[in-house]
Amino acid sequence: MKAKHNRDPLRIASLIHRISGLALALFLPLHFYVLGLALNDAARLDTFLRWTDYPLVKLAEAVLVLLLSLHLFGGLRLLALEFLPWSPRQKAYAAIAAALSFFVSIGFFLSAV
Amino acid sequence: MREAAEALDVKVWRGNAHGGGYRSYSVPAQESQTVLDVVTWIQQHAEPTLTYRFACRVGMCGSCAMMVNGEPRWTCRTHVRRVLDGKRLEIAPLRNLPVIKDLATDMAEFFDKWTGAEGVFHPTATRKDAIAPISPADPMRQLANEAVECINCAVCYSACDTVTANPSYLGPAALNRAWTLQNDERDGAYAPRLRAVSADGGCFNCHSHQSCLTYCPNDLNPTASIAGLKRLSSTSFLRRGRTR
Ligand code: SF4
Ligand code: SF4
Ligand code: FES
Repeated sequence: MKAKHNRDPLRIASLIHRISGLALALFLPLHFYVLGLALNDAARLDTFLRWTDYPLVKLAEAVLVLLLSLHLFGGLRLLALEFLPWSPRQKAYAAIAAALSFFVSIGFFLSAV
Repeated sequence: MREAAEALDVKVWRGNAHGGGYRSYSVPAQESQTVLDVVTWIQQHAEPTLTYRFACRVGMCGSCAMMVNGEPRWTCRTHVRRVLDGKRLEIAPLRNLPVIKDLATDMAEFFDKWTGAEGVFHPTATRKDAIAPISPADPMRQLANEAVECINCAVCYSACDTVTANPSYLGPAALNRAWTLQNDERDGAYAPRLRAVSADGGCFNCHSHQSCLTYCPNDLNPTASIAGLKRLSSTSFLRRGRTR
């Protein structure tokens, strides 16, 4: 009795939206902690920033940017779906949102290395 | 109907609320055969105790929906050749609803949710009043028109993963009905209905993944109707409860 629409693009879009949202919720406290360091403890911030020079850390940051932009552009699509008159091209919009997110995060990665 | 030489390899789910499993049947393939024809053939020729539901056989009553090769379908209007996977056909009771026996599900919660969503007309006039003149060109009437041809088949309800994840979610059909009534100017329950559809289990649970729209046999768009309800609810919130 399993439904077989599991691979529907819009279902995947909804899944990505939730997962990216959760990941951001986990990441943001860390982000604010580091920002807090910048205010209170310059030496520790410097250690942290040196640590962010490692390529692997850069990659992880690019993934975070990807999550953020997926959540942002995907969320904009949902807001448009809910608040603007109905458009039947939701799959195309979801694809555009994904493409933009990859564009932004790859751009971020390339400018960071 | 001319009988073709081929046979279909049909698996039908048999059981009850306590469990069950698939049984295989070989059913002669026929021209223009519907999935409901296949089920009926099995009951008449192989399995007299097979339980299933249908009434109109022309896509009007909404009672014949089942899972067919993993997807919810109105079986009386689904041609076998359009859903066949090789020669294989797997027929099961609708997803997201409790099974009574074999292919018959218990629709009580589905219809309870219609009343839960205030999917009920509350008249503002009596039979002694004149009939309200509503122009077909009226924008509200047009919104209602787009969503009104629902046959209560529960195909969308069965396709909705949010219903699977959250059994208290009212679901696409009930909310779609509520949307048509919010656009019916003869109705007198706008505010209570808006409260009902905005509460826990209401329109804000919808993830907009459009499975309901993909499968609705009448080409209705519950996702758009639910988006409409979200819009009404948000606007009313921003206007501090003043509606319309
Ligand atoms: S769009 Fe909403 S109602 Fe339709 S299947 Fe998705 S969650 Fe269910
Ligand atoms: S909205 Fe469509 S799929 Fe859902 S109950 Fe009505 S007719 Fe069936
Ligand atoms: S039997 Fe009435 S809709 Fe299929």
